Amino acid sequence: MSTARLMQGNEAVAEGALMAGVRFFGGYPITPSTEIAEGMAKMLPAVGGTFIQMEDEIASMGVVLGASLAGRKVLTASSGPGISLKQELIGYAAAAEIPVVIVNVQRVGPSTGQPTAPSQSDVMQARWGTHGDHPIIALSPWSVREAFELAVRSVNLSEQYRTPVILLMDEIVGHLREKVELPDEVEVYPRRQPKKSRAEGYEPYTPDEDLVPNIANFGEGYHIHVTGLIHDETGFPVGSPKVTEDAIRRLHQKIERAVDDIVAVEEIFMDDAEYAVVSFGGTARTVYEAIYEARERGIKVGMLRLITIWPFADKAIYELASRVKGILVVELNYGQVVNEVRRSACGRCPVELCAKYNMQIFEPEEIEDAIDRMIEKVERSGGFRAEGRSVNVEVISHD
Amino acid sequence: MIERAYEKYFRRNRLPHLWCPGCGNGIAMKAIVQAIDGKDGWTQDNTVIVSGIGCSSRASGYMDFDTLHTAHGRAIPFATGIKLARPDLNVVVITGDGDCTAIGGGHFIHGCRRNIDLTVVLFNNNIYGMTGGQASPMTPLGKKATTAPYGSIDRPFDACKLAEAAGATYVARSTAFHVQHLIKMIRDGLDNKGFSFIEALVQCPTAYGRRNKLGEPAKMMAWMRDNAVMKSAWDKLPDDKKVEGKFPIGLFYQAEAIDYDTAYEQVIERAHSN
Amino acid sequence: MKAEFTIRNERCKGCGICVAFCPKQVLAIDPLGKVYVADQEKCIACGQCELRCPDYAIFVEKVKEAGAK
Repeated sequence: MSTARLMQGNEAVAEGALMAGVRFFGGYPITPSTEIAEGMAKMLPAVGGTFIQMEDEIASMGVVLGASLAGRKVLTASSGPGISLKQELIGYAAAAEIPVVIVNVQRVGPSTGQPTAPSQSDVMQARWGTHGDHPIIALSPWSVREAFELAVRSVNLSEQYRTPVILLMDEIVGHLREKVELPDEVEVYPRRQPKKSRAEGYEPYTPDEDLVPNIANFGEGYHIHVTGLIHDETGFPVGSPKVTEDAIRRLHQKIERAVDDIVAVEEIFMDDAEYAVVSFGGTARTVYEAIYEARERGIKVGMLRLITIWPFADKAIYELASRVKGILVVELNYGQVVNEVRRSACGRCPVELCAKYNMQIFEPEEIEDAIDRMIEKVERSGGFRAEGRSVNVEVISHD
Repeated sequence: MIERAYEKYFRRNRLPHLWCPGCGNGIAMKAIVQAIDGKDGWTQDNTVIVSGIGCSSRASGYMDFDTLHTAHGRAIPFATGIKLARPDLNVVVITGDGDCTAIGGGHFIHGCRRNIDLTVVLFNNNIYGMTGGQASPMTPLGKKATTAPYGSIDRPFDACKLAEAAGATYVARSTAFHVQHLIKMIRDGLDNKGFSFIEALVQCPTAYGRRNKLGEPAKMMAWMRDNAVMKSAWDKLPDDKKVEGKFPIGLFYQAEAIDYDTAYEQVIERAHSN
Repeated sequence: MKAEFTIRNERCKGCGICVAFCPKQVLAIDPLGKVYVADQEKCIACGQCELRCPDYAIFVEKVKEAGAK
């Protein structure tokens, strides 16, 4: 039995998080993400969960990390300006390995930017927003249904790998309303449990076989110490080069070794495609329409849609670049994912950019036009990167 | 061989602590565990110690409970999350003058406002010690710091008045000299169901005392002895006797108000009856 | 002898607080910067040294007289 409902992406995130076991939300109001907080404020108390509106974005991160350490599954949500403030404690969560999901419903930046026009310009912030070497997972949905599914997946991944997960929404999907059939239940990854007692010499940061530690919750008698300082298996800070190197390496490797599990992409119209568009999030919806129209004109083009943004789909992009004549990256920013695609393509085919950053979402015609220009350019240059570099095919604002 | 009962609250294998010779933080940390010792409903398993960043906040690492050394200024939000997620746990926050009233100032007043059931002990050494002696919002006027080489002109906070005005339901001050009094002020704070704030004046002989020619650690403590005035006596003191340097200690404020966990239980009830 | 001392040398940092607040001048700091009991006979076991030691390095207790319960 499932129920069909008309809902917006932000609501779907709240529903998904709740079904995945989230029982604590701390947040601060900001458009276009506020509906997530509002949904949690209404729903959480009814299931015995806790909602708290904090004094600022930093406190919102702090309060959810405290609750996570005390055993709750936790969520917070914001948009660019708020996510900038949260960076300090996103780094803390990465270092101390605390499960937490942070939703970023992106809007135009930098700074206060254009409140609250859609954008996809926080891709690199999601990866490198906080200081220091650290791993991160970021997922980006393209529909209301997928917002629900990825909210569930974000919670599960944060628990499995004990790492912050960013649900990288955009205003398009956040405020889009679609009919969604929600399942009655979803698969839930439970909080990892210690495998030893204190008497048996339990150490909270000793990694399991998957390199992820089974850190006890507070209040279970383990007397653990948690710090943002570099620490060894005991959890206590150690100022040694070896401990530092081992700690930073393990943080990365626990994600790197699981990259095939974490990275998800979707191929659309790719069976016979000679050219590919790479896109993600709400923009991929317009790409879908553009490809459909181009195919009507006989152009063999398909799409690789990134569902996981970080870690990046290096392998999928490399394979894609090895089998198509050219790739067009379509993103609602000045050009961020394109650099990752170029890196991953390793020069196997030209990679062009279709960028837009004028508050407005793409029109299918703009993308169709960019596809035509990309194909023309690739064919003019002999079907391969004649100059060994690419030039942006930029769709500039028309007004 | 004499061994005190409160020693069990320390991670003894991590002692001696990293604080400088004569630092008052060790006295305040011991006062906290002595306040906890023997207290009904307080065990090492159901008590969490949360700290921020700075000299004071290293205390958590030496205390044998679940302990959380957070980021600079953020102890109160983390502690709030723990307390809301597990209202059955006792949560104590250890913070410093810079941690609590500068970078964590916003969190501090909002913790007070919510009357969340935490006991916050501020180790006030009047300076940023860990970074080598920069002025804090609680550096007295005219006192020198590396970032106030000509004397501080920034008017200092009275953290106790701040806590009271912001809504804390237990506010007290003591010093590293008045150890028994300090223990009592903390113990009474643990009893209060709501936001309890205790300022513990501690000497920093290295980064504050030396620069301001305040002498040996013992001399700094003797200054506390000579200048602290019990609240009851302070209230009777004519204004012309409340001269510079003199300051009150004791219980300043106590009030009955619903704590945040209890208030949130009402939210859950209302959500269920809807 | 009225008092028994336990001094944990490994914890003592020689700050001198116990020496300064001892009302009977019982304690002193040795050349290596550690506290020692210089004149135990004068000790009245008031506990002021232990009370304010920031390093939990000195403990003092009254010794029960022989035959006393």
